[in-house]
Amino acid sequence: MANSLKCDLCSKPATVHLTQIVNSKIHKVDLCEACAQAKGVTDPSGFSLADMLLKASLNPEPTGDAGKCSACGFTTQDFKKNGRFGCPSCYEHFSKMLEPMLDTMHKGSSHTGKIPQRAIARKSLYERLTQLETELDQAIKSERYEDAARYRDELTQVRQSTSGKPPAET
Amino acid sequence: MKINELIDSHSELTDTAASKSAVVLMTRIRLARNLAGQPFPGWAKEAQKRDIRDQCMQAVAALPQMKRGLAIPVETLDDLQKQILVERHLISRELCHSKAGAGIVISKDQSCVVMVNEEDHLRIQVLRAGFQFKKVWSTINALDTNLEEHIDFAFNPRLGYLSACPTNLGTGIRASAMMHLPALVISGQMEKVVRAVNQLGMAVRGLFGEGSDASGSIFQISNQTTLGESEEGIIKHLHGVLNTIIEQELNARQKLLETDPNKLSDKIGRAFGILQNGYLLNSGEAMNLLSLIRLGIDLDVFPDTQRAVVDRLFIECQPGHVQHAAKGAFDPAQRDVLRAARLRSEFAKLTHPDFTRSIK
Repeated sequence: MANSLKCDLCSKPATVHLTQIVNSKIHKVDLCEACAQAKGVTDPSGFSLADMLLKASLNPEPTGDAGKCSACGFTTQDFKKNGRFGCPSCYEHFSKMLEPMLDTMHKGSSHTGKIPQRAIARKSLYERLTQLETELDQAIKSERYEDAARYRDELTQVRQSTSGKPPAET
Repeated sequence: MKINELIDSHSELTDTAASKSAVVLMTRIRLARNLAGQPFPGWAKEAQKRDIRDQCMQAVAALPQMKRGLAIPVETLDDLQKQILVERHLISRELCHSKAGAGIVISKDQSCVVMVNEEDHLRIQVLRAGFQFKKVWSTINALDTNLEEHIDFAFNPRLGYLSACPTNLGTGIRASAMMHLPALVISGQMEKVVRAVNQLGMAVRGLFGEGSDASGSIFQISNQTTLGESEEGIIKHLHGVLNTIIEQELNARQKLLETDPNKLSDKIGRAFGILQNGYLLNSGEAMNLLSLIRLGIDLDVFPDTQRAVVDRLFIECQPGHVQHAAKGAFDPAQRDVLRAARLRSEFAKLTHPDFTRSIK
């Protein structure tokens, strides 16, 4: 074998060749004896290619410096170290780095499951409230009193249907 | 409810009557949830974590499902109490090691648990003895929906529920079954099963999750991916895989009975003998012996009523429970003596094995 495969992790000659089908996508990994042992490929108590692919995809320097998350100050280096994000906003900030990872990690790249209906309804209600308040202010300033009265009535109505507690920012 | 009261009261796993499924000991689903606009526990400052904990624990403890349950900060528990909760599969090892700001809310019947500030702000978990995904999903779904009334979860319409680790993104669901697979282990087929299950994108772990060994031939099998498929789809997919494994295990049992019945009778009979007469048993050995007794029950060697006893002993022969029962801290050698004494007294009451019904 002149052109034998090298281990994906340490580039010694690979002796373990693993193919895993994760949700109809084929993933191949070549490992040497030692790395296969270390990663638990031969261990019945559990081995997951997805876990390893995630870690392997984190090993190379993240492409470009995405800087810090504006909400929590988390950096790509922090992610590389922990494998976890700092806050919900990190998902938007690091979306470029995240997208290719999600492809290997999951079945699809968009959510098709449960939606927090009530929280979303609460949020849109709050947004409607803020919008009405702004419109009321503007109507008063520009002396459109008929409009203002309408906005005021609507505001009262909306406030009555909710406790008016503002939702946190996502 | 106080922690000691909870430890001494009946629990879903230790006191459920003979479970219907011979192979699946326990069904469990957990959901990862986080508060909108707050740093995840691993990145939050200590003061932030405490605020988050207060908010979460208050909301969770107020749920109807948690009525008269236990709500307690982790730092108020001693090591033994934490260990007992881990042994009952109520909390994770990771939560035990968390420094400040973590909390636990447990329902009175110990079937619903919410861990606060583990890897995510909220880890909601429901477990039931036996093979019961439908029931467990409807319970946890309702719990989650109730909680949504009081908490704004971090949610993105495209990515779903946002979790600290992207491996839990989307549904945040991990559905798992604890399976007793002695015949697959005895016949040396387990490695093959693990490989096949892994190839289907599911994970196989030992009794106590990641990195634990599979003593007692008990394995946890769970979904690996959380995004791109609905909760029901994920559960259905897992359910199908589990059914196949159950079938494989039952086939392997049949084959053992057909090819070498004496070998199997010998294993079960010896296990019974050691449990009745042993004076030193570590938890690994005890688990393996109990596993053989459970196999014997499934094969009609012992009466079916003893399954609940064995399932309870699986948990009560763990180090934390042994020390709790003996009311003190004991080193491993002393625990082996206590464990053996406990098992001797339990097995003195059990009827002798009768191999005539299934093994001929």
